[in-house]
Amino acid sequence: MDKVIDDLISLGKGLSITFKNYLEKPVTKQYPEEKRPVPNRTRGRHVLHRYEDGLERCVGCLLCQGTCPAGAIYIEAEENEKDAPVSKGERHARIFDVDLLRCIYCGHCEMACPTNAITLENNTALAGFTRESLLLHKEDLLEPEGTATLGTTEYWDPKPPESVKHKVPSQTGRFDGSSTSAAAVGRGDLKLHSKPINPKVEEEGDDE
Amino acid sequence: MSWDFLLLVETILRALITCALLQLSFAMMTRWERRLIAHMQWRVGPNRAGPAGIFQPFADGLKLLFKEQLMPDNARPFLFLIAPVISLVVSLTSFAVIPVQLGNFPFPVNTPAEGGEHARYLFQIGDINVGVLFLLGITSLSVYGIVLGGWASGNKYSLIGSIRASAQMISYELALGLSLLSPLLMVGSLSFRDIANFQAQDAVWLVLAQPLACVVFFISSLAETNRAPFDLPEAEQELGAGFHTEYSGMRFSLFFMAEYTAMFTVGAVLVTVFFGGSTVPLLPPPFNDSFVWLIAKLWCVMFVFIWIRATFPRFRYDQLMNIGWRVLLPLGMLNLAITAVGVALRFPWWGFSVAIVGTVVLLYVAGKLSRRGEHH
Repeated sequence: MDKVIDDLISLGKGLSITFKNYLEKPVTKQYPEEKRPVPNRTRGRHVLHRYEDGLERCVGCLLCQGTCPAGAIYIEAEENEKDAPVSKGERHARIFDVDLLRCIYCGHCEMACPTNAITLENNTALAGFTRESLLLHKEDLLEPEGTATLGTTEYWDPKPPESVKHKVPSQTGRFDGSSTSAAAVGRGDLKLHSKPINPKVEEEGDDE
Repeated sequence: MSWDFLLLVETILRALITCALLQLSFAMMTRWERRLIAHMQWRVGPNRAGPAGIFQPFADGLKLLFKEQLMPDNARPFLFLIAPVISLVVSLTSFAVIPVQLGNFPFPVNTPAEGGEHARYLFQIGDINVGVLFLLGITSLSVYGIVLGGWASGNKYSLIGSIRASAQMISYELALGLSLLSPLLMVGSLSFRDIANFQAQDAVWLVLAQPLACVVFFISSLAETNRAPFDLPEAEQELGAGFHTEYSGMRFSLFFMAEYTAMFTVGAVLVTVFFGGSTVPLLPPPFNDSFVWLIAKLWCVMFVFIWIRATFPRFRYDQLMNIGWRVLLPLGMLNLAITAVGVALRFPWWGFSVAIVGTVVLLYVAGKLSRRGEHH
């Protein structure tokens, strides 16, 4: 009998919980109209950046293509014309294709990039009706002429705490290859001559 | 044309209007139920089709209308086709005896002959003197639609669902009838109109005199209409969709309509028998009796139906049988016995509730005292 009364009380508790929920505001976001803010470092669609003078940052070094674990990037590089350069380096990317259906949004390409040319921006609403529409070409990826942003690179600075050091070359603005795989650089496991960015990495290297 | 023929046409017209309004309420009910359950789970529910999702049921209806209607190879075609029709017709028919309004206040077109044999009312299709019996008889037919549908599908899960349905509905019909008997004893009539008039005259709702009967009736009506937490015949997780697994398109929506119309009917019976029907006490005469009150009370009952569905998990089969046979039936019998004694001794209305609550408390204390030795 006491158990029956306890059961009835717990039934009432259940009813009161659902009624309280009914009076509260739903947590649903009306997605297309109302979007949840994403963290600044969210890795979404790729963007190719420019310098202030309108030249492309990408110098066609193929590092991102090499480091991409999914093989999502395809680049054909071309020498720059002396009087009408496309980029600031010797070469530029004539073709720069990113296959969003292959990309796993790991961010290795932006880590590998020596010139901060490619970044993964916060646009995660990626959908299309055909495979072709999800194969992005250079003109889709490049930021419009007249803009010169750094994209999410800015948000990797201020730096993360020392304990969780990311090997992001764009933090220093200097690329020494230590953050990419040997396969990406294409030089085997050759020791690098330049001084590593992170002293701790050096210590680890000494231990080996 | 004879007078009888005109009466026939008029009755058919009123039945058609009632059916149409019931279907419209069914449509609104499905949307409201989804919204309400969603809000109880911190969600929003359908809100895209029209303002606050008001056109959602019509979109759903159109979708169901244009869907392919499958029939399995194993199915018995005739029974398979007729089963949803039986369900719907039965649940629509049973609403006919509900007095939606006692008088004809806003539209005084058809004044009933005082005490005459052919008293006719605008807001009731048929005022028959055995209304409660008619309703119980018709609602127990609704098990045929479910059992035939499940059996004719030629599907094991459907068959299990319909077997559950038959066992459940037959078990809970006893408690349902018993709980209706007590107020009938007090009123002394089987007509719903008499029951409502009885409450209007004394300005006391029968729920105050018969609280236990009201609770028992409410629980058994949940089970009779296969609503959660008694929705074992259509347990999605265990049986696919139970008896209507093989139904698609409009045939499925007929079952759906039947379920919701049955909910409206038992809700209206609950309101009429225990909550004063279309009357409210303490209001000046023309306004104390209106179909608006019945509809308002009915939606309150529907709210509780949905609220319970949003809260409680489904019963296990043995729990279902335990509650029906070992809790509700004895409680109904006890209530009936006390009410019979009360009627014989001519209790005032509060005497019944005092006697019933007193007996329950007395039994509880006696149970505690007799078990004291066992545990210590």
